[in-house]
Amino acid sequence: MVEKKRTGYWLTHLGLILGVLFIFFPVWLTFVASTVTQDAIIYPPLPMLPGTEFFENYANALFRGSPEGYGAKVPVIKMMMNSAIMAIGITVGKIIISLLSAFAFVYFRFPFRNLCFWLIFITLMLPVEVRIVPTYEVVANLNLLNSYTGLIFPLIASATATFLFRQFFMTIPDEMVEAARMDGCSPMRFFFDILVPISKTNIAALFVILFIFGWNQYLWPLLMTTDPDMRTIVMAIDSMIPTGDDYAHWPTVMATAMLAMVPPVIVVISMQKFFVKGLLESDK
Amino acid sequence: MEKRVFFKGWWLPALLVAPQLLISFVFFFYPSGQAIWNSLFLPDPFGLKTEFVGLDNFRFLLSDPYYLASFKTTIIFSTAVSVSSMALGLYLAALADRLIKGAGVYQTLLIWPYAIAPAIAGVLWLFMFNGNIGLASYYLKALGYEWNHTLKGDQAMFLVILASSWGRISYNFLFFLAGLQAIPKSIIEAAAIDGASFWKRFGSIVIPLLSPITFFLLVVNIVYAFFDTFGVIHTITSGGPEQSTTILVYKVFSDGFVSQDLGSSAAQSVILLVLVGILTVIQFKYIERKVHY
Repeated sequence: MVEKKRTGYWLTHLGLILGVLFIFFPVWLTFVASTVTQDAIIYPPLPMLPGTEFFENYANALFRGSPEGYGAKVPVIKMMMNSAIMAIGITVGKIIISLLSAFAFVYFRFPFRNLCFWLIFITLMLPVEVRIVPTYEVVANLNLLNSYTGLIFPLIASATATFLFRQFFMTIPDEMVEAARMDGCSPMRFFFDILVPISKTNIAALFVILFIFGWNQYLWPLLMTTDPDMRTIVMAIDSMIPTGDDYAHWPTVMATAMLAMVPPVIVVISMQKFFVKGLLESDK
Repeated sequence: MEKRVFFKGWWLPALLVAPQLLISFVFFFYPSGQAIWNSLFLPDPFGLKTEFVGLDNFRFLLSDPYYLASFKTTIIFSTAVSVSSMALGLYLAALADRLIKGAGVYQTLLIWPYAIAPAIAGVLWLFMFNGNIGLASYYLKALGYEWNHTLKGDQAMFLVILASSWGRISYNFLFFLAGLQAIPKSIIEAAAIDGASFWKRFGSIVIPLLSPITFFLLVVNIVYAFFDTFGVIHTITSGGPEQSTTILVYKVFSDGFVSQDLGSSAAQSVILLVLVGILTVIQFKYIERKVHY
């Protein structure tokens, strides 16, 4: 801050606190709603402080589903497992194929290198939503509906991670390769013993971004999974709110919403340094 | 920029790029080609055979009032989401940048909603504005304002914009804060010594220096509003009431999967492909410029 003024200083804090409250408020309400009884919700206004039903509601959501009379009984623990498998599959898959191809592009000269490069880079910004119907048909023809492979692989086909690794490899001094080659180091040995270890920070940064991307997928699992056992938590929450809203068991729904938020939020907060780096660099 | 030193051989690099190329072909190029191909055909109502119709699907779309309305909806929606979330992100970042201590704490408190899926954000706001039980609609009613976004198109639009922007503030905040912190303090101090007020400094130094990042964010936010907000719209309004919140990507989904109108849905995909293609080229130009200065 250039000049110091008392009132300006407090106004700055006040403005930021208002922003933080605006960000927190919907989540706080959701948390409150996940700790009270159905009656406390259906007779508004909702109280502002948490109730006493925390364990009851979360146990219901996780292991039993909504109580009798409120639509399908769907425990979400299995869905959280599916979400975790999908998120980690996408993350690990993308990082591996991207490390390999970025290594090839930066450290080799081979026929059609430029063509391959452009083919991959065209996929950079085109989301799966654009080609959703034909992609669905491809996956259906491969008999991959309701499978983890079908959930994961179409979402790996994007070049963001390749682009990031390529940029990073470019900044590594040529002397590294020279020294490695002089010592008779094979390309793959160079890859595993030098390149991957010095890319650790970038891998961690991408891990955060891709985990969130994977966990939060919505449209693709919605189309892909007809088998209730394959549903992910983010896509399943919509089916828990029946049209004609009154019949939803809101405490269970809101507990499910909390459970869908907590894993990615924990990843972001616990790996904040990497998250900030990954976000600022991978979207360039 | 190219490396001067590299390894020899061609089969190893071919093997290394093979996985990514294979996945790109199966799940990217083939489906995209398929979308373009299908957009030239019209399946008969019984699905028995398809007829080549050339560009008729496109011609039909561009004269279809529902499609044009969806275009308009998309433009209003994505402009509102981009502008409001960027304005709030810049406002909070400018405040946080003024602090010597504590900017990091606010960063932690402000960035975590990035991790919340748009569909979940939709559920949170739907809960607040639910006509029967929502807290917001309860107090609005107490103030004499009737809230029912399931019937009123403008209220539905407001709600999906609100829910989509809310989750996006953290992203814009983070980029603007990084941009602000990259501005050398000496420039600001020099202006302050010359007697420029905070707003003067902000308007004539900070804003121009932030323009590259603002432009970048604008493109990224438009892409976000075009595609990633599908979850928000699906959970809150399902495109309704009377298609008032049906953005283009939602129409591809509802025409292709719900109504099974495959020719039209494919043509819509192609139009979206072209739109994103244009945005990608703009983005690339931006990256090029950035790399070279």
